[in-house]
Amino acid sequence: MSERVILAVEGLETLLGGERRLLGRERPPVRAVAGVSLALRENEILGIVGESGCGKSTLGRTILGIQRETTGTIRLDGRTVSGLGPRAARRARRDIQYLHQDAAAALDPWWSIGRSIEEALVISGVGSRAERKARIDRMLAAVGLEPALKRRYPHELSGGQLRRVTLARVLVLAPRIVILDEPTSGLDLSVQATVLGLIRELLAEFRLTYLFISHDLSVVEEMCDRVAIMYLGRIVELADTRQLFEAPAHPYTRMLLASAPRLATGQDLGAIPIHGEPPSPTAVPSGCAFRTRCPHEIALCADALPTLEPVVHGREVACHRWRDLAAAPVTSARRAP
Amino acid sequence: MLVLRKFARDTSGMVGLVIVLLTAVVAALAPRLAPHPLDAYESHPAERLQEPSRPHPLGTDNLGRDVLSRVILGARAALTIAVLVVAGAMLIGVPLGLVAGYHRGWVPEIIMRVTDVFLAVPQLILALALAQLLGPSLKNAMLALTLTYWPFFTRIVFAETRRIRVSVFVEALEGLNAGARRVMFLHILPNAAPPIIVRATIGMGFTILSAAVLGFLGMGATPPDPEWGLAISESRQYLPEAWWFATFPGIAIFLVVFGFNLLGDGLRDVVDPRLRRSR
Amino acid sequence: MSGDLVLAVGGLGISIATDDGVARVLDHVDLRIPRGRIVGVVGESGCGKSTLVRAILGILPRAAQVERGTILLGGEDLLHLSQRELTRRIRGKEISFIPQDPYLALNPVFSVGTQLLEIMRWHAGAGDNGDASRQGHRARLVELLRAVQIPDPEVALERYPHQFSGGQRQRVLIAGALACRPRLVIADEPTSALDVTTQLQILRLLRDLTNRFGVSMLFVTHDFGVVAQLCDEVMVMYAGQSVEAGRTAEILDRPRHPYTQMLIACHPDRTHDLTGIPGTVASPLAAPSGCRFHPRCPSARAVCSAARPSAVVEAAGHEVSCVLYHGPVSHV
Repeated sequence: MSERVILAVEGLETLLGGERRLLGRERPPVRAVAGVSLALRENEILGIVGESGCGKSTLGRTILGIQRETTGTIRLDGRTVSGLGPRAARRARRDIQYLHQDAAAALDPWWSIGRSIEEALVISGVGSRAERKARIDRMLAAVGLEPALKRRYPHELSGGQLRRVTLARVLVLAPRIVILDEPTSGLDLSVQATVLGLIRELLAEFRLTYLFISHDLSVVEEMCDRVAIMYLGRIVELADTRQLFEAPAHPYTRMLLASAPRLATGQDLGAIPIHGEPPSPTAVPSGCAFRTRCPHEIALCADALPTLEPVVHGREVACHRWRDLAAAPVTSARRAP
Repeated sequence: MLVLRKFARDTSGMVGLVIVLLTAVVAALAPRLAPHPLDAYESHPAERLQEPSRPHPLGTDNLGRDVLSRVILGARAALTIAVLVVAGAMLIGVPLGLVAGYHRGWVPEIIMRVTDVFLAVPQLILALALAQLLGPSLKNAMLALTLTYWPFFTRIVFAETRRIRVSVFVEALEGLNAGARRVMFLHILPNAAPPIIVRATIGMGFTILSAAVLGFLGMGATPPDPEWGLAISESRQYLPEAWWFATFPGIAIFLVVFGFNLLGDGLRDVVDPRLRRSR
Repeated sequence: MSGDLVLAVGGLGISIATDDGVARVLDHVDLRIPRGRIVGVVGESGCGKSTLVRAILGILPRAAQVERGTILLGGEDLLHLSQRELTRRIRGKEISFIPQDPYLALNPVFSVGTQLLEIMRWHAGAGDNGDASRQGHRARLVELLRAVQIPDPEVALERYPHQFSGGQRQRVLIAGALACRPRLVIADEPTSALDVTTQLQILRLLRDLTNRFGVSMLFVTHDFGVVAQLCDEVMVMYAGQSVEAGRTAEILDRPRHPYTQMLIACHPDRTHDLTGIPGTVASPLAAPSGCRFHPRCPSARAVCSAARPSAVVEAAGHEVSCVLYHGPVSHV
């Protein structure tokens, strides 16, 4: 992982929904992404972790470009690529590609695998038939699939195979950044291991950079270099993986880590109190959005929105009380070293 | 193929298929199958209204023409009308539905409101109006039927397109920067095909029925066309003595419409992308 | 594992007739659930855990055939009971069920109270003389909703499913499962549709309730991490066979069966080397003979394909079905 920033996002906000009607009530839009800034470094795997309603999928789609941002800037290699409609954005951000959570659903059931992969190239206007075939075969080999599979249809393949197919489809376009949306969801543990191993190999082989969206903390700890924790549209903590898991600073991070099902015996279910459920993005609490569930809430939390403050170089937390909490010990089951 | 195997298990669907195929064969070979092919136009007053007998298994009509031959020849007319009307309606209705379902904003509004207007017009009334304006003929009848049938396709295709538009694979295509036309015609259309095919098949049956009604009213086929509806109309005054004159064209209409309906129902279960298999 | 057993499945074998032939979905499954314990059943897709659950509940599809084995609920073989008896006496009463998706399990047009009361009244007629009146049922429901930490239980009874959050809906279903004082609760991946923090709250709740009400639980999951958090004991399944069973800590720290070992080694908490298990699970239509894992097993021998190895007790309560452990140790 180099220090060179290839994708810089600043103050990104995406409002969704919102209807204005002639008669009847206006439905206010939802701030799915409520001010996100991050800098993606070349060849790194940056994890985005959060629960439902945190906005991680919307963030992914906004960075990709199919969802237009409401405000904020996105710079790819220094070039500003924000402020564009979906089609223009996709053209400008061709270096960014997206891997959907549900691989089976991401393929047209009426198209054979080979044609689906080839279509990616046809749309981009890449070369002749022969060139496309060569690229496709090379990518299929890279993801560990036989060329014979090109004639099959999605429903004939297993979950693991479909995941590889969608990977191949994305890779034939030679992207530099791939946004992976829960790449292991729905996969058996043994298949998950293979897919993760493959994803790692491809990172090295093709010099890729990943934005790794996931809710599975075991996977995130294993795969990611840095992790950003999201809550209701904002990043509340950003740190190197090791630091985050060893000494989580934000109360929400601590709560997440304590809840995660780890493969360790003797986990104490009652270690950290968990109150309530993630509030709906339509009814965001004032000030710090997490305060309604936070055991350390003080008056300030309702009045002022905490912003990301640097703790040390490369580590940021958005909490008014992180200094107080840094002193307190944390119990969370972790992998054996 | 797996499709045929699955379909073969549906008895009523198979029955429908057999009837439709038979009708198609009869229509195709009509002049050769009809024992008295020239009875399409020639009349033999001396043999009028004869009971079913050996030379005329279904009897003769008021102009001495062989009923069997005219029923067989009528199949050709029936199927031609059905195919032309349904094809025409699909050509208008399907693309409109795709465009309306794919886009947001005023385009779908306009298309769907126009569709609603056409839906509000009853088929027969429009046919009668056209007959008044342009004179009664088979061509005008077909025009009227097409103009009143296309909205049904638009409505189904609109609903399907709306549904498929938000599927994950369409979003994936957008991520790949696929254009609207590609997505609509190469991806959404095949996935929307099942209800379209079913509607088209059943529509063929209904069109034949409607054409027969128009023919019956004198607003469609004109004498001496061997059209079934027209035959029934001509036969009215000879009932109940010359029962064969009305009955056999009537049975023909019933059978063919029934066959198309069964086939359409059978297809509904079978048109499923998961039955596609690699070769 | 001696002692009081609420449920004992022995050598269960089930096949299902399909368009493509006969699928031997379960070949040999043993499962023991002691009283008051939470036993997890874990396995990957195709292992047959759903079929096992359906067999216990008596809701197997028509095309399914029980070829051999027993399902003993406190000594009574459920496989010998008629559907009528199962519906009246067992399902919902002796054995209740918490499904995977709380959104789909509740009828959206009836209030929550109406649905739960209906269950209680249906079963109350069958000889349970407790609080047989409507008032009695209602009072009990309110208590249960309080026990599952639904705020304002009286008001909650009048609410409709869509007015609850996902976690709350699952709690309502848990309350429903406990309503008729069952001996055994079967939970089929009850938390996989929930967020991680909500999941932990539900798991804690399940643990508390089993202790409080003395219920036993069969917890089906694919997530070993959840097993580690919640289950006292666990049984591992592969392709329709039970391969290993024992106390959770034992199985996680000292897995014996090659499949269990390889599976646990795939978990990101245990390895940096992500390679998975070579090969794929065989379809039940063409299952390997003997131990079904032998085609993928690095320690396979000739005898493995001959017959499924019988279970051997390795340590206290730890059973393995693998020839590697067939030696001068006691057989079960």
